[in-house]
Formats: sequence, C-alpha cells, structure tokens
Amino acid sequence: MSRQYETVIGLEVHVELASKTKIFCGCSTAFGGAPNTHTCPVCTGMPGSLPVLNRQVVEYALAVGLATNCGINQYCKFDRKNYFYPDNPQNYQISQLYLPICHDGWVEIETAAGTKKVRIHEIHMEEDAGKLIHDEWEDVSLVDYNRSGVPLIEIVSEPDMRSADEVIAYLEKLRLIIQYLGASDCKLQEGSMRADVNLSVREVGTEAFGTRTEMKNLNSFKAIARAIEGERERQIELLEEGKKVIQETRRWDDNKESSHAMRSKEDAQDYRYFPDPDLVPVWIDDEWIERVKAKQPEMCTEKMARYQSEYALPEYDAQILTGSKHLADLFEETVAICGQPKEVSNWLMTDAMRLLKERGQEVESLNFSPENLAKLINLIHNNTINRTVARGVFEAVFTDDVDPEQYVEEKGLKVVNDEDALKKKIEEIIAANPQSVADYKAGKQKAMGFIVGQTMRAMKGKADPAVVNALVKEILEA
Amino acid sequence: MANIIDDETIEYVGILAKLELSAEEKEAAKKDMGRMLDYIDKLNELDTTGVEPMSHVFPVTNVFREDVVTNGDGSSDTLANAPQMKEQAFKVPKTIG
Amino acid sequence: MSILELTAVSLGKKIQAGEVTAVQATKAALAQIREREPLLNCYVTVDEEGALARAAEVQKRIESGELTGPLAGVPVAIKDNMCTEGLLTTCSSKILYNFKPTYTAEAVLNLEKAGAIILGKTNMDEFAMGSTTETSAFGVTRNPWNPDHVPGGSSGGSCAAVSANECFYALGSDTGGSIRQPSSFCGVTGIKPTYGTVSRYGLIAYGSSLDQIGPIAKDVTDCATVLEAIASHDHKDSTSIAREDLDFTSALVDDVRGMRIGIPRDYFSEGLNPEVKDAILAAAKVLADKGAVVEEFDLSLVEYAIPAYYVIASAEASSNLSRFDGVKYGYRTAEYEGLHNMYKKSRSEGFGEEVKRRIMLGSFVLSSGYYDAYYLKALRTKALIKKAFDQAFVRFDVILGPASPFTAPKIGDSLGDPLQMYLGDIYTISVNLAGLPGMTVPCGRDSQGLPIGLQLIGDCFKEKNVIRAGYAFECSRTYEAPELAKADGGCESAGQRGIAGSAEWKKEVQ
Repeated sequence: MSRQYETVIGLEVHVELASKTKIFCGCSTAFGGAPNTHTCPVCTGMPGSLPVLNRQVVEYALAVGLATNCGINQYCKFDRKNYFYPDNPQNYQISQLYLPICHDGWVEIETAAGTKKVRIHEIHMEEDAGKLIHDEWEDVSLVDYNRSGVPLIEIVSEPDMRSADEVIAYLEKLRLIIQYLGASDCKLQEGSMRADVNLSVREVGTEAFGTRTEMKNLNSFKAIARAIEGERERQIELLEEGKKVIQETRRWDDNKESSHAMRSKEDAQDYRYFPDPDLVPVWIDDEWIERVKAKQPEMCTEKMARYQSEYALPEYDAQILTGSKHLADLFEETVAICGQPKEVSNWLMTDAMRLLKERGQEVESLNFSPENLAKLINLIHNNTINRTVARGVFEAVFTDDVDPEQYVEEKGLKVVNDEDALKKKIEEIIAANPQSVADYKAGKQKAMGFIVGQTMRAMKGKADPAVVNALVKEILEA
Repeated sequence: MANIIDDETIEYVGILAKLELSAEEKEAAKKDMGRMLDYIDKLNELDTTGVEPMSHVFPVTNVFREDVVTNGDGSSDTLANAPQMKEQAFKVPKTIG
Repeated sequence: MSILELTAVSLGKKIQAGEVTAVQATKAALAQIREREPLLNCYVTVDEEGALARAAEVQKRIESGELTGPLAGVPVAIKDNMCTEGLLTTCSSKILYNFKPTYTAEAVLNLEKAGAIILGKTNMDEFAMGSTTETSAFGVTRNPWNPDHVPGGSSGGSCAAVSANECFYALGSDTGGSIRQPSSFCGVTGIKPTYGTVSRYGLIAYGSSLDQIGPIAKDVTDCATVLEAIASHDHKDSTSIAREDLDFTSALVDDVRGMRIGIPRDYFSEGLNPEVKDAILAAAKVLADKGAVVEEFDLSLVEYAIPAYYVIASAEASSNLSRFDGVKYGYRTAEYEGLHNMYKKSRSEGFGEEVKRRIMLGSFVLSSGYYDAYYLKALRTKALIKKAFDQAFVRFDVILGPASPFTAPKIGDSLGDPLQMYLGDIYTISVNLAGLPGMTVPCGRDSQGLPIGLQLIGDCFKEKNVIRAGYAFECSRTYEAPELAKADGGCESAGQRGIAGSAEWKKEVQ
C-alpha cells in the first residue's frame, strides 16, 4: 500500500437518562422486569393515547449541554421520525430534528499529541425503543416494550476524531461528564450508553471527506476499537481496488469481527420528520438555564484540584480517583468515615484496581460499601490485623462486601499479641532449624529472615511482623 | 395534469406507508394523487415569504409531567388485544438482526 | 309526547323530578334503536346489556341524591373513534374490528361522571376520513330525513342517531367539519369547540392538530350543557388548555342586541346551492331583526383552506395511522411471509380506499424533497388563514354562513370523485385550521325536505358568543324531527329497505 490514508470519525452517542419515569408517561425506567410490565397505553402506542413530556428529561439534557459547552436552543420542539419496526410501537419515534435542545458544543480530550477539542454538533432528546428477543423454537421475534419510551439524549459529534484512541478518549470524557452530572450511569454493557460510529477514510493531504458509513451494535470500548479498525481496513481495501464506498448503515458483529450492511429494499431511510402535533414546544428561559448551571455539581478538574489541596493527595492519585465519578464517590464517602485519605486512596488504587483487572471488570462495577472499606482501614490502624491479613480481608470486601469486623472475628484473623505464646513458637522453630541459627551466628543476617518467615507462617500470618522480628532477634542473641 | 405520478413514486410511497396496492389500485392512486397535488399546487399562488409555519394555533409552551412513577404493572392491559403473543410478549415475524 | 322526543336537558329534569327513570329512558332509546337500526345503521355497536345495567345503577345514585346534574341518567351515543373500556372501538375500520380498549377517553369519562348512560358506539367514516359516512367498513348510515341520502360525515352515525331519536344526544369529533356538516345534513345542532377545550386523550387521532370532540344534540341548550360537562383541562393531553370560562350555559340568553355579526361575501360565491343561500340569509335577517348588527365583509383566503387542510391532515394521519400494523392490536392478515409483508398485507386489507388514499398522500407530502414545498407551505398558509380570522374578529363577534354548500347528497353520489367531495368542506375546514369554535344550528329545509344548517363561528375561546347567537336564532323557530324519529314507526317502508351492512359484516370478520 503506497498511499497513506487518514480515518475521519464522528460519533452518535445515545445515553439513557437517569429519570425515574419514561420520557412521555409515568412508567418506571427500572432495568429488567418481566416483559411488558413497565408499560401503559402511551409507551405501547395504544390508539388515542397521548404523550406528556417529563420535565426531568429536559433538566438532564440541559445539564449535559451546558457541561459540554453547548449553545441552548431556548425554543425547542419535538418531531416525529417515521419508520416501521416492531420495537417502535407507534411506528414513529418522537425525537428532535429541526430544533434540538443543544447545539455547537465541545469537549477536550487528551491524545498522544496533546489536548484536542472534539466539537459537538448537537444534542437532542428522544425516546428509546423496545426490545426484540429472537425465539429460536418458533423462529419468530418477541417484542417487549419495557424500554420503549425510556428517555435518551443523542450526542452528535462533528467528524473530528482520527483514531480509535481518540474515540475512546472522547467516550470516556463524555461518560465522566455525564456521570458527574448524575444524568446517567452510562453502562455500555447494559446499553445505557451506546455509540454509533460514522467513519470515512481519505488520502492524507486531501481536504474533502470520503463517503462515510455508519456502524451500529457496538457494546464495549473494545468492540468500538475493533470495529473502527475493521471498517477502516474495509474502506481502504475498496478504494485500493478502485471501488467506491457506499453510504450505508452497517452492523458490527463482534464475534466474527466483521460487519454487514443493514440495507433492505423495505428500508427507504426517508423518515418524513415533522413537528409532533401532540406535544407543545419547550421554552427554556434564562432563569432556568441559570438554575441548572447553579446546580451543576463539581466537575472532574475541580475535584482533582481539591483532592490535592484538601486531602494532600499526589496529583497521580487525584487524577485516577476523579477519573470515575463512582470511584471518586467511593473515595470521599470512605474518607468521611475513617479519615486517612492516602490510606483510602492506596486501597482503591492498588488492590481494588488489581482485582478489577484480574477479573476483567470496569470501575463502575465496584460495589462494596464505603463503610466496610473504612472498617477495614480502622482494623489496620488500631493493629487489630496486620497488612498481610488485611489484603485477604479486602478481597472478601471487594467480592462480597463483607463486614470486616465480623469477618476477622469469624475467621480468627486478629493479630496475636501474646508474647509468651509467640516466644514459645519461636523457640520451637529455632530448635527445629539449627542450621539457620548457626548461619546467623556466623554473620548471615538472611538466616534471621528465614526464622521470622517460618514463625509468621506458623502463626498463619496473624502475628505482628515487627513484634516477631524483635523477639527473634532477642532470642537469637540471647 | 401538471403532477405526473409515476409507477416508481407509487411504489416508493407504498414502501414508506407499508401499503401494497393491486395494479388497478395503483393506477387509481396515481391519478388521484396527481389530481390532488395539482389542486394543492394552488397554494403556490399565495406569497408566504416571511410567514412562520404554524404547527400549533396557540403559543402554549412547557406542558410537563413531574418525574414520579404513576403506573404499575401494565402487562395484562398492554397485551389484552395482541393478535399473537408468547411469554408476555408480542409475537412478530422474525426481524433481521 | 314520547320520551324520545325530549331534549337531553328536559329528560334530565324529568329524571331528577322522578317523572321518568333512567331505565325507562334507556329502554325507550334501545327500543327505537331496535326499530330503526335495520334501516339507518347509525351504530357499529349497541351495548344493550351494559346500558341497562348502568341505567339501573345511575338511577339509584340519582335517587340517593348523589347525582344531581342535568345529564344524570340521560342516554348518549359515542362516536366510534373514542376509546371506551371493554367496549368495541373500531373507528369504523376493519383494522380495529376486534379492538376493545383498556381505558376510556377523557371526554367520555367526564360524561360518565355526570351520570351519562352509554348506549353504544356510532358509525362514522373510516378513521373520520370522509364527509358522508359511506367509507365505514360497517356499511353506510342513512339519513333519517330521507334514507336514500347520506347523513354527512364523518360523525354521520352520531348525527343520524340524534335526529332519529336513537339517543338523546351524542358525541362527535370534528377535524374538518365532521360535527358541523352532518349536523347540517341531519337537522341537528352540533358544536366544535375551540381547539384544546375538550381533551383528546382517548380520541383515536386523525389529524391531531385539528381534531376536537364536541356535542351533537337537538338544540343549543343541550349542546351547551354537554360541552360544559365534557370540557376540562386534562394533564394527559399536552394540547389541553386551562380555561376558566367553561360555564357555557350562562350564554343561553335570547338577546343579540348589539352583537356584531359578519357574513363573509366569499362564502356566497358560485357553488353555493341557492336554496341554502336563501335559508342562511333568512337566518341572518332573524338575528338582525333581534337587534344584531349584521354586515357583509371579505374574509379572504377561503379557497386556500382546503388544499392546506388536505396536506396537514393527511400528513398527520399518515403518521398517526402507522401504529395500526397487526402487531399490538386489531387486524393481522392470515398469511404472510416475513415482517414487511405482514405489515403491508395487514394494512392493505385492513384499511379502506379513502384511508389509504390519504395515507399515501400524507406520506408523499412529508417525503424527502417535498416537505418544504407542501407541508411547510401548508403550515404557512394556515398562519395566514388564522391571521385573516384574527382580523375579522376585531370587527365581529360572530361570523355567520352555511355549514355546507349543499344539502345531503344521495348515497353513492360522492365517493366517485374524492376531490369534488373535499370541496364540500369549504366552509368548515378553515375553522379547524384556525382552532376556532363553530356551531351548526338547523335553519330550514330545501325543496326536497332535506335540512339546511346555519354555521356560526366565534373567535378562539368565544364559544359563548356562538352559543348566544345560536340560542337566540333557535328561539325564533321550533325543532323539526323527521318521520323516522317517531317511536311508532313513522315510515312504513322502513323495514323493507333494511340492508344496513353492519351485522353481516361483523359476522364475516369475527
């Protein structure tokens, strides 16, 4: 391949908002539930039903827009997007085309080449569709409208990204902002954050964009990265063969690591948008904008600075901890109980991160309580357990959110501070290892470490190593 | 007739509207739609420059619901009229993934 | 005098006075239905059992003093596009042939609170698309004044049922004249209120920005009373308006002195039947003689209302009716291959010709490349029409004109030329585009004996002006009922004519 290509990527990110009820009716947005239990005439498109807008949805959309430096269309409207599909009970989706709530924003991302702005074209509000489940027995599909009408915002970026790394950085940044706002939990696996990738390639140095495709069904950052690589290669291959890229929607299959066109002759892609006559426009006055701005929680950068000044944490710690709203919350709540910010930070940044990595989990899935982490730290602080034991206890907290006090009690993990008992055990070990004693006496300091280690093992780790050390030395030199 | 609706257009509108017309119905639809559009073209006599399109007659804005769950399990009502159902869900021909 | 001849309000008074019971009134209406339905076919569904049970219950509540309103115990007919819990609601379409809603329309709920007894659901043009009630999948409704003629539409079943005493009053809906035009053809009174006055929740939408529910009855007093009962600010309908002046019966005053009434010259151009014209001008003279200031003026833009309406209503309808797809309720075709074939076959078999025509037109005008030229152009025209009315209402309290350019056509004469049929809506359609209240009051009959209706139009939220003018006019004449309205079978040939299709049809599809 002689020619050099550049990848041009824009994203359409759908985020399910954290409101308690759906966008146009009083049904719960709770995840799961037996099929069609969270439904009513409105979210199942019953004849004669009418939508009424959930105020909270506008609040969240506005908050995200303001936090991503968007302009606000103070007069915004809902439009109907008309297309037939069974997950869409009215066969139109209520969305915003002509006057979306937010427009022309940006976020900054960190790239290898430094800080970069990714522009946001618009953010609009819309309703989610229901779920289609394939029934293998009868080879039919089953429709569950529990998700139908769950509020979404769609964040449409400009084609400003050039690599999978930039895309991931952009998504992580959006997720961080939205989680900080409390507007969504942004879980990719549960589908509360979804990204469609618009991608085209062009020869380096050319101005004009190539023909783009839209890639759907990307359920993880890894899938997004793989899909971008796959699509880039597919398009370059086409161009190298002198063929054309067709503008189309493609579906990524992460198992096969390939995509296929979703086009059918029954999909005209002509959505016949028009203003929904059942909904009145939204007017967001200056006061409303100010109110939302005032309620805007502390964002990542502010929090980072505060962690360094208030908790005297190193910059590195502050950056990692504030990199996830969930982690930052866990940190602050724990510190509020037991103090010792650096100690709390260490547990989260080393042991918690290590376990997450080992188990292939995301930070968002940390689900132990700050109370239990605080208890654990207190147990160490007052020498009830030693650090070695503590690591095991932490793993139990991490996995099952156990109460460390109870756990230590039940498993008998308390430090043994009875010096006589320890002395007795050390003497037994010295008696059983004459060679080590001889080595020590011959000047080999390492031999003492062996005796200490054997003692700790015999005590099942429950002894205080400092105490054991002192006693071993005392006995050997006696 | 100024507006000639061809077969392709009728076919296309059929796809959009999910209607399947017989050959005879298609011919009638072409004629009807052409005539209606000719008649609708009368609107072009009006100068509407600078006139805002009016979707709602009254300038009402901000009709909201509060974010409070008011509905319980609606599944039996939702499914009461289902032509075909299975396991509390509507049964439809297989959709292509 | 038979109970059937009573107006709703006078029956309500007799029920409160203990002279008649709700059960007697219901039985009388049901007997009349049984007698006349084979010929007239006003109803798609008659709920005899439900109505009688409800009448007994309501009667008890009246006797206990719980229900004291003017409509308590009075039987009513509901147009079949309003949802009624557990009671078949078809929109006169095969696609909803078996649909039993799980909830009741807000307007109907309001009537139920007032103690109304629902007799059944009335026939209509399929999905309210039509001006003759001939597009119903359950057979045509016949005009009680002459069964060879149509009752008008789309609320033809409701208007004919009121006219034939098959109910004491009815609810209709009006998107482009669907209450006012059939009221005119059947010689009854009907009001289309200001948009947003009556909740649309539970009304199966045709053109959402134009649809309004309204009363149909024998006189203005009944209509004002029923409107007072059904109007409400409903939080389930975002377009429902919070109004405080809902005491419509306070306008039932026989006094139009000083009222400024405008007659649009544009309504009296070619195409208007001379007999209709004479009757309307005579009615205007009655009001002038009572002290109203009647003046002619140029309304302008009248001829643009119909094309604008057909773009807007068809566009909205194409989207509103897309939910009927064989997935969640209603008709699903028996055999199909795959999803899209199921959609297409169910919809093509389930919808009638006129509905398909409007869905096609609506889909086309919204499709890529045409939206600006057709849809936005129509919305701009609507803005100009509204402005023309705003200007007229600076000068006038009420605009007076015909409800239709002609009297009821013969069955079979209209459907052959849809465009010609649409042109018949010329006087009613602009009222919907501008969201105004309008009323039809009977004002005479033509040489064939068919009723002529006077249309009174008010400014937004000024129903009371319209009601006052209508009431004053009505006080100058007496209510005329057709022979078929009589309880003893006024028309002997009635039974022999009976071909009304609904019963057979229903058997076939179920």
